[in-house]
Formats: sequence, structure tokens, C-alpha cells
Amino acid sequence: MSVQVDTPARSERTPAWPMLRTLAGIATLSGLLVVLVYQVTKPIIAENERILTEQAVFEVLPEATSKADFILTEQGLVRAGEGASGVTVYAGYRADGRLRGVAFPGAARGYQDLIQFLFGYDPACECIVGSKVLRSTETPGLGDKIDSDPAFLRNFEALDARLNAQGTGLAKPIELVKHGTKSEPWEIDGISGATISGKAVARALNDAAQRVLPAIRQDLAILSDGAP
Amino acid sequence: MADLPNTTEDLTPDTFVRGLWRENPVFVMLLGMCPVLAVTNSTVNAIAMGLATTFVLVCSSLLVSLLRHWIPKQVRIASYIVIIATFVTIVDYGIQAISLELYAALGAFIQLIVVNCVILGRAEAYASKQRLHTTLVNSLGMGFGFTLALLALGTVREILGSGSILGMPLFGESFQPWVVMILPPGGFFVLGTWLLLFNWLRLRRERRVLEQAGVAANAG
Repeated sequence: MSVQVDTPARSERTPAWPMLRTLAGIATLSGLLVVLVYQVTKPIIAENERILTEQAVFEVLPEATSKADFILTEQGLVRAGEGASGVTVYAGYRADGRLRGVAFPGAARGYQDLIQFLFGYDPACECIVGSKVLRSTETPGLGDKIDSDPAFLRNFEALDARLNAQGTGLAKPIELVKHGTKSEPWEIDGISGATISGKAVARALNDAAQRVLPAIRQDLAILSDGAP
Repeated sequence: MADLPNTTEDLTPDTFVRGLWRENPVFVMLLGMCPVLAVTNSTVNAIAMGLATTFVLVCSSLLVSLLRHWIPKQVRIASYIVIIATFVTIVDYGIQAISLELYAALGAFIQLIVVNCVILGRAEAYASKQRLHTTLVNSLGMGFGFTLALLALGTVREILGSGSILGMPLFGESFQPWVVMILPPGGFFVLGTWLLLFNWLRLRRERRVLEQAGVAANAG
């Protein structure tokens, strides 16, 4: 006589193969989908970036209707696409092909993170004619007024940015002053509630102008002939 | 082997509607609080975030439901995360292609949809056990419920904090915006007020049901 004893069935173990197959299958599918979407959206994203830059350039250089890209190198400005690497500046031209001004980027640490700007410079009046925030994480409603407050943006209608006699830097550094105390043409009238962000604008503009404006004066002829 | 009880759900209107109201991911389950508080400072951001999350939720739930018999339970979480991350990457590129300004406004929160517990929760609790068509309807309901909740916060915060709706100014020049409402504390204020309202409504309904039962018992 035999006694049947129910041994508890050993817990079922999933063999390694189905796990491996599942993970490999899902990873392959995932890779395929991502690559497909990347390929489809890449030209659209590049086009969006181009339009965004163009809009920003025309915004800081009122009256400009076309633009050409130049690279700032040690030797001066060269046309973009000739293998040079460095900061890109954008020359804006009027409808008749005359140089309207040059848009150049600047950056400074704001209240939360780096703020990136685009500034417009008019070589004819040697002044800053526009400012736009390209990327910022400033506090909404307070720090982000540097890109929306009409009174603050009026600073950049004709902000004095003359070079010194040697042409190596600004004659007077651009500075932020307290709201309502602007007395000199190279001072920026601040915003109450956005002191740190306002200072960042002045610092970014001053740093970038000290570097870019001497090169613009030196190579003004290249820029003037650069109309696309 | 004994037949397991049939746990798959039949398609009813409730499959869709409960995500909007009774099991609303934000107001009832309190899931996915991170984007709810962070990106609802304007109506546009709230809509974009809600729709992006809905897309990821629906697509990943569908794929999980489709593969539910193939995924061994030991590696299910890893599989779900890879599936969710795939659709988040797709949404990430999609939003860049639609508008770079919107992309900049939503910031890191698009990538963070990967760890949104609403989505993983749906994959684990619903999609991995249910058939394809009920999963589609249920995840759509949950997604729209999430979007509605974001919209409820975003609209109130934009009206109070910027004095506008969808970027269009509502009040005159003299309106002084209530800036704190578009700052992080405003998110907590508005969410708290909505939860207060929802809980008050729920309690009132429960009390009514009890009172009616009491009346019936006394009468009998």
C-alpha cells in the first residue's frame, strides 16, 4: 500500500528566457519608436528654432527685415558656416539692404538660474536699441518683468553704448540704478520687485557689449556688405 | 486547475466617468501632485501638461494591456517604466516640434511624466489585468480627469495671479495681479480650496444618504 503525500508544489519559477525575451523585445520596440519620432521631428524642431531666433532678432532690431549670421572669433567677425566657432551675432538689414544693427547674445545669473538675452545694437547711434529674454526661470510676476514691463523696456530705446577712444571697450560701463533715479544715458532704470533680475540684465549687457562692440566697430565694413 | 474568477471588467459608462469624478486622480486619489502644483500657473501650461500626460497614459496603458500575457511578473515594473519612458520621449519631441516656447515653459516637467504615479498606477492596477478596449476607455477617462483637475487649478491661478485667461487680459489696467497665486504657494492655496470644496460636497452627499435611510427606518 502506498500513501500519497501531497508535497507542496515548489513555487513556480519563471525561467530566465521569457524575462530576457520580454525586456529585449520592449527595449527594441522602444528604441525603434524613439528613433522614428526623432527623425520625423528633427527638421521641424530645427525650423522652429530658426524662426524663433529670427523673430527675436527682428524684435531687438526694429525695422530689420532680413538677417545674416556672423561668428565672433579672436581675429574679428567672420561669416557663419566657414568653420569658425564662437559666439554667433546676427546682423539685421533694412528692406533696402542697409545695415540696421547687430543683435548679440548675453547671459548672466539671475535670481534662480542663468538668464539668456539677445540685445540689439545700432552702430549709427552707438546705442542699444532692444533687449529680449531668450531663456529664463525668473519668478513669474516679479523677476520676469525684465521682459514685459513697458517702462523697463523703454530703457532700451536708445541706451548709450559708446566705445572709448581706443575702441577696446565701452566708454561708460552700463549700470542699473534704482527705479526713478536714472540721470545718465548709459544707466538702466531698474524695476522695484525685480532688483536681482534687473541687475542681471545690466551685467549681461555690459559683459557682452564690452566683448562684442569693439569687434563690430572693427569689422563694420564686413557687416555692412553682408546683406543676404 | 480551478477556474479563476473572471476579473476583467465589462465596458460600462462608469469605466470612463469614474476617472473624471469618483476616482479623479488629483482631487480624490491625490496622485501626481508634482506637475499639479508646478505647472498650473497658466491655463495654457495646464492644458498642455494635461494632454501630454493623457497621451502617455493612454499609449502606455494600451501597450501594457496588449502585452499583459507576455510580461513575466518579476520584470513587470521594469517593462512598464521602459514603455512609459518611450512615450514620454515621444511627447518631449512632439512638444518641441509644436512650440519651443511651450516647451521652455513646461521645463523639466515633461521628462518627469515618467515618474508620474498616475501612469504607473494605472499600468499596475488596471491595464495589466484588463482587456484592450476597457483599458482604452478607462485610461482616457483618467487622463481627462487629470487634465480637468489641472485646468481647474490653472484657470483660477491665471485669473487671480495674472488677471488674464489664456493670455487674454480680463480686467482693466487698474487691476493689480495677485502675484502669489502664480508662485508655488498659490498652487497649494488653490489646490487646498478645491479639495475643501470636493470633500464638503462628498460629505454632504453621504450625510443626505444617511438621513434618508434614517427617515425610512423610522417610518417603517
